[in-house]
Amino acid sequence: MELESKIPAGPLAEKWTRHKFGLKLVNPANKRKYEIIVVGTGLAGASAAASLAELGYSVKAFCFQDSPRRAHSIAAQGGINAAKNYQNDGDSVFRLFYDTIKGGDYRAREGNVHRLAEVSVSIIDQCVAQGVPFAREYGGLLANRSFGGAQVSRTFYARGQTGQQLLLGAYSALSRQVANGKVKLFTRTEMLDLVVEDGKARGIITRNLVTGKIESHSAHAVLLCTGGYGNVFYLSTNAMGSNVTAAWRAHKHGALFANPCFTQIHPTCIPVKGDYQSKLTLMSESLRNDGRVWVPKRKEDSEKIRKGQMKPTDLKEEDRDYFLERRYPSFGNLVPRDVASRNAKTVCDEGRGVSKTGLAVYLDFADAIKRDGQKTIEAKYGNLFEMYEKIVDDNPYEMPMMIYPAVHYTMGGLWVDYNLMTTIPGLYALGEANFSDHGANRLGASALMQGLADGYFVIPYTVGDYLATIGSADKLPVDAPAFKQAEARIQDQIKQLLSINGTTPVDEYHRKLGLIMWDYCGMSRTAEGLTKAKGMIQQLKKEFWSNVKVTGDGEEMNQTLEAAGRVADFIELGELMVDDALNRNESCGGHFREEYSTEDGEAKRDDENYAYVAAWGYGGLNQPSVLHKEELVFENVKLTQRSYK
Amino acid sequence: MKVNLKVWRQKNNNTAGKLVEYGLDNISPDMSFLEMIDVLNAELIRKGDEPVAFDHDCREGICGMCSMYINGRAHGPQTGATTCQLHMRSFNDGDTIVVEPWRARAFPVIKDLMVDRTAFDRVVQSGGYVSVNTGSAPDANEIAIPRTIADEAMDAAQCIGCGACVAACKNASAMLFVAAKVSHMAVLPQGQAERKIRAERMVAQMDAEGFGACSFTGACSVECPKSISLDHIARMNREYLGAKLTSENV
Ligand SMILES: Cc1cc2nc3c(=O)[nH]c(=O)nc-3n(C[C@H](O)[C@H](O)[C@H](O)COP(=O)(O)OP(=O)(O)OC[C@H]3O[C@@H](n4cnc5c(N)ncnc54)[C@H](O)[C@@H]3O)c2cc1C
Ligand code: SF4
Ligand code: FES
Repeated sequence: MELESKIPAGPLAEKWTRHKFGLKLVNPANKRKYEIIVVGTGLAGASAAASLAELGYSVKAFCFQDSPRRAHSIAAQGGINAAKNYQNDGDSVFRLFYDTIKGGDYRAREGNVHRLAEVSVSIIDQCVAQGVPFAREYGGLLANRSFGGAQVSRTFYARGQTGQQLLLGAYSALSRQVANGKVKLFTRTEMLDLVVEDGKARGIITRNLVTGKIESHSAHAVLLCTGGYGNVFYLSTNAMGSNVTAAWRAHKHGALFANPCFTQIHPTCIPVKGDYQSKLTLMSESLRNDGRVWVPKRKEDSEKIRKGQMKPTDLKEEDRDYFLERRYPSFGNLVPRDVASRNAKTVCDEGRGVSKTGLAVYLDFADAIKRDGQKTIEAKYGNLFEMYEKIVDDNPYEMPMMIYPAVHYTMGGLWVDYNLMTTIPGLYALGEANFSDHGANRLGASALMQGLADGYFVIPYTVGDYLATIGSADKLPVDAPAFKQAEARIQDQIKQLLSINGTTPVDEYHRKLGLIMWDYCGMSRTAEGLTKAKGMIQQLKKEFWSNVKVTGDGEEMNQTLEAAGRVADFIELGELMVDDALNRNESCGGHFREEYSTEDGEAKRDDENYAYVAAWGYGGLNQPSVLHKEELVFENVKLTQRSYK
Repeated sequence: MKVNLKVWRQKNNNTAGKLVEYGLDNISPDMSFLEMIDVLNAELIRKGDEPVAFDHDCREGICGMCSMYINGRAHGPQTGATTCQLHMRSFNDGDTIVVEPWRARAFPVIKDLMVDRTAFDRVVQSGGYVSVNTGSAPDANEIAIPRTIADEAMDAAQCIGCGACVAACKNASAMLFVAAKVSHMAVLPQGQAERKIRAERMVAQMDAEGFGACSFTGACSVECPKSISLDHIARMNREYLGAKLTSENV
């Protein structure tokens, strides 16, 4: 398959403007004749649904939670980037573009990323107009902070609740369109299949989670805004319900899945405590601005600490290893996420980790408190310290915090062209569900930006081009055979899951899968480990389909059944991630292959052979996936090895 | 530690429910309350029984999904925290813990501990927004908003829409939730154009949903995981009265 990225020709800064001009328009009076399905109401979905309805399209919006306002986007703490340059510190659209391309370790498309940087400024305007209460200076103008090691202050924030406030803004815009009758809302409704006919996306099959009813929804275009797949690792900072089902089932109908192995492991999370652990909590990255990361120099001291025979505060300065400051003198504790995470893993693998499990490092504020006073630290991080204390039951003003990396974000996702269309005409992917803008590593505060860019400012233009091309008559009725067959397929799958009646709860398979992924396809990967993991996942899949226990029935609220379907898809995705990681014989961004590293353990990228997007096609049940390559062309930036030394 | 649970079990909205007892050993004080329920559910599933249905998602106190009424208190014994932020160390070994769903006419039970809170969405749909289409916004720094005002708006905007205020109120009133939204928009310059109509419409919808009247007892604010202040209710009452005086009869 020839992958056409549809990146417009012309100078970088004019691509989007020119492209918009070239797109076909739908006559305002005709817009209402077009139906668009939006699956997901996070930042990407809510902003898309609201904006498309404002334009006059007839929109149906779906989410599995009880309200659109609860999408996982709500949990984002840190902030949202935009190239406003309000601080006069040298920011610009080009600099945001450049930082994002470089931060992504040169595995993203220049055209897409530049567009993202361009529209970022309008996002802030839009959100403020909606009433989003961003932080402000005393003069009343918007405040910014530097985030995730950026050299400029371009991050806008609303206390520690930026995602929440942005989502409530998008949700309010969506609610307004629901009241106007332009959006029909389906909450507690899960998309279980995509319907494709004549090669075009025609609609979706859903399950009403309250009644269990399977239903068909037909439309001219389908937008998947269903978030990331970090929960393939079982433990992650994602919300419990985040899943890959919508994207995966679209994949099985022909949508290519790009760079699945690119996952982001966030360095500052609260460490795992026990087997019962259900999710991990992120501690904002901003903590690294003042906290110093360390472990004991000697294994013996770590052991004593683990056994409770010694406190970290007892350890003398010269017996501590501030490993990030030591290895990266110029960036120190502010190295990018992937670098910080990998280093934490290394020192723990050396046996120098702390906490009972040995899987934690310290994040110490003692020096910052000495320097600035407790009041200042409290003003900056009070909320976070409180949250830490609530969970860990330890006072971080007195004892250094313990942190460990955790899965946080997935850069991979459905392959989309410049118009955000997948390889199935009429099917689009927005937000974390697509792969397009972050390359092999995402910068802090850029996911919120991308979700809203896609929903508010990209899709309203690009979807019209497709709709104008097909015409309003090109839509299937819901009683067409394609819908009926898809419904029957889903009914069968549900029956199958309910009839296995084995002995092991769904969660246990999920946990096992997570451990395999974490051990072999996590922070550091080898060909040997990945090959082993592939076998283990195939085995797990067999066990799942022969011994899973799903209680209850299909015609009612059944959370076990929901979970079973999601875990089944995660298992298949897990195998593809392993294939992708095995194929990519280089280290870049979040993907670190031990075989491809320098003597002192830094990542070695291979631009000659791997400067491409790996887009995988579904090969069929238990058949190998098929690799398609989209070569990345860099016309405006020079590829360099990242160095934070 | 050991706990003795009494959990509300109800198959669906058409059948009656009852409290069912379950004993759990080997509970770690470091477990979150919901992880303890996970353990219970895994045991039930293994036995072939149906697990307890409950709402949850973020498990970090921000999505507003979790909603358990524990030992007679919305979100349990901690203040300023959601159910998912509660840990077993807040209980003693051997405790009996009673877990029920939110109880309110406007929040019908779906199953076990899960209730239908779509009434809140409809209240927001009635006017909880600024009418501004995508693309029509002026530059974000066009209007300066004093920091105190921005902070006040943020205090109100923090509401996570969990419904604990309704569950805690003896009248099942939704005043705190509605007031938080009205207040958030009433203090900001962006919210001025629709200020009156918003207050009128949201209050009308709140009444239509069957929430009770507010008798200003303050239980809502005490149980609110975001500690939304009663001041917002006072402000909303002023907004509403002001709007009614010059009503456009919406
Ligand atoms: C703890 C945490 C903190 C973060 N902090 C930041 C930050 O500070 N800055 C930043 O830029 N990024 C941050 N991120 C990343 C960012 O929050 C997410 O990438 C982003 O919000 C994803 O938005 P989305 O709209 O793509 O998807 P989501 O918000 O995940 O929404 C997915 C939607 O899809 C629906 N859905 C999914 N599957 C189905 C289905 N099968 N059927 C029906 N509906 C379905 C869900 O109901 C939901 O509505 C953070 C992430 C985490 C985990
Ligand atoms: S006001 Fe408080 S208790 Fe009520 S819904 Fe909002 S956060 Fe929950
Ligand atoms: S699960 Fe999200 S607030 Fe409790």
